Amino acid sequence: MAEKVLKKGNEVIALAAIRCGCDGYFGYPITPQSEVMETLMEEKPWETTGMVVLQAESETSSINMLYGGASCGKKVMTSSSSPGLSLMCEGLSYLAGAELPCLVVNVVRGGPGLGTIQPAQSDYFQATKGGGHGDYHLIVLAPSSVQEMNDFVDLGFALAFKYRNPAMILADGIVGQMMEKVELSPLKPRWTDAEIQQIAGDWATTGKTTDRPMHIITSLALDADVAERFNEKLIKKYNEIRTKEVRFETIRCDDADYLLVAYGAMARICQETVAMARAAGLKIGLLRPITLFPYPTAELQRLAPQLKGILSVELSAGQMIEDIRLAVEGRTPVKHYGRLGGMVPDPGQVLDALKQRFSL
Amino acid sequence: MTTQEIIKPANRVYGKTPVLTDTVMHYCPGCSHGAVHKLIAEVIEEMNIQHKTIGISPVGCAVFAYNYLHIDWQQAAHGRAPALATAAKRLNPDKYIFTYQGDGDLASIGTAEIIHACNRGENIVVIFINNAIYGMTGGQMAPTTLIGQITSTTPYGRTVELNGYPLRITELLAQLDGTCYVTRQAVHTPGAVRKTKRAIRKAFENSALKKGTSFVEVVGTCNSGWKLTPVEANNWMVEHMFPAYPPGDLKDR
Repeated sequence: MAEKVLKKGNEVIALAAIRCGCDGYFGYPITPQSEVMETLMEEKPWETTGMVVLQAESETSSINMLYGGASCGKKVMTSSSSPGLSLMCEGLSYLAGAELPCLVVNVVRGGPGLGTIQPAQSDYFQATKGGGHGDYHLIVLAPSSVQEMNDFVDLGFALAFKYRNPAMILADGIVGQMMEKVELSPLKPRWTDAEIQQIAGDWATTGKTTDRPMHIITSLALDADVAERFNEKLIKKYNEIRTKEVRFETIRCDDADYLLVAYGAMARICQETVAMARAAGLKIGLLRPITLFPYPTAELQRLAPQLKGILSVELSAGQMIEDIRLAVEGRTPVKHYGRLGGMVPDPGQVLDALKQRFSL
Repeated sequence: MTTQEIIKPANRVYGKTPVLTDTVMHYCPGCSHGAVHKLIAEVIEEMNIQHKTIGISPVGCAVFAYNYLHIDWQQAAHGRAPALATAAKRLNPDKYIFTYQGDGDLASIGTAEIIHACNRGENIVVIFINNAIYGMTGGQMAPTTLIGQITSTTPYGRTVELNGYPLRITELLAQLDGTCYVTRQAVHTPGAVRKTKRAIRKAFENSALKKGTSFVEVVGTCNSGWKLTPVEANNWMVEHMFPAYPPGDLKDR
């Protein structure tokens, strides 16, 4: 019988990390996600699974601790919120450039600058388009429930190691702070040294033995032709991710005239909007991207011909809307509705916005 | 008589350690990096820890250290090597983890990382090359550049008014409870080379004893950056660098 508990999203991230066999967590406190490290410190996993938990001196340092741990083939993670993620962008670029797997959780708060500690979705560009320098992508998962906060820790590590690429859980202050019933994952032991050899033995810095060449983890390629070939290899990997790893949920899209597109906590609110609209006789559907990179472009293209309009509903000034517009390529009108700075709309306000934008 | 006839095992008094690769070093003739690389390689060979040593290379001239020592390497972002080393060591307590960092990397952009790694007493080895200049980017001012020293960003000499004081980071780190061994050495004479090797060996041995962080500064020359011949650079170092950065142990517990 699986264990069910009532927990905050942030607490569940910590419990899921321990239970999925994470080797190390390195973090720096920031609202609204400090419960992740606090829960880990309370749980003392170093006494049970042997997991290392360390409070770093800065987000810059914690992301580089991930680089050091991931280089050894270990399952390492950090969590932070928006201003902290900005500091981590240098490290994320290096991790992607060195093709290192790791998991980064961003419990997004409103910006720019110090902004607010209230929930927002205004780090979409940073998460999906880069943030750091160079042509790279993170694999980005967007949980809309505490259950998905649990499930995506294991999934994030699996995808990170499958593609040797950093993965991100892009949550928001709502999913991080709200309490829900959650079924915790079964306890998986941490990888043994032999298992690490099997999984990462051809690249990880586990100590050079006489039976193999030295392993060098680096993102440096001074020769232009070498650097170009490496970038082409990355593009190939990202295209494979685009082909194989798109995840999304559709609600009442089959006969929809209008489509709401929303992720994370905003998708939960839009689910209610769909129910309200349907009760009023309006044929509204909801597309919830679960992966933000890769984006469910093909599904939007499939739905576009039947739709009279698409509303991108985000807790931002309009970021994800660009990916929707790129997907439908002008065939369907796409409008934006968003609240900012920690303000969260209710389902009725979303419906009003839809009616207003499309003159319904 | 051929070379092969001369070099018989019986005649051999010196050999290159197999921990050094055969890759030709990119360092300028007269640079201190090559000598320090060799010493680390010899210590690794003598301690028989090649299979459990992981080096962390910096940004700067020594970024390519990973081409020269036959061990596993991680190449860090500028200044972040102590953060990498912290995680690598905590996740692999039986391994020997060392960082190799220059003055710009360790004492300017990476001050937070080195201070906190040392303060936590991470059981790692830090090799710090102080040549008072940014070599790789073409000879700009470093945090350890001396007052009056000419660099490409202090073309009239470093002044206190404009640039503040040379940072004695090693003295600072010796104050921290987490460091167990802090020493300053050089490689300009055979005697100094032997002393530096002993210091590096001790630092590696300390990390197995879990005594805290061992920190070996090597005051080095950058004759290209200083625009001197190798011999002049050694003399300039003794005359100008040593008064500001005197060799010797700062802490040994």
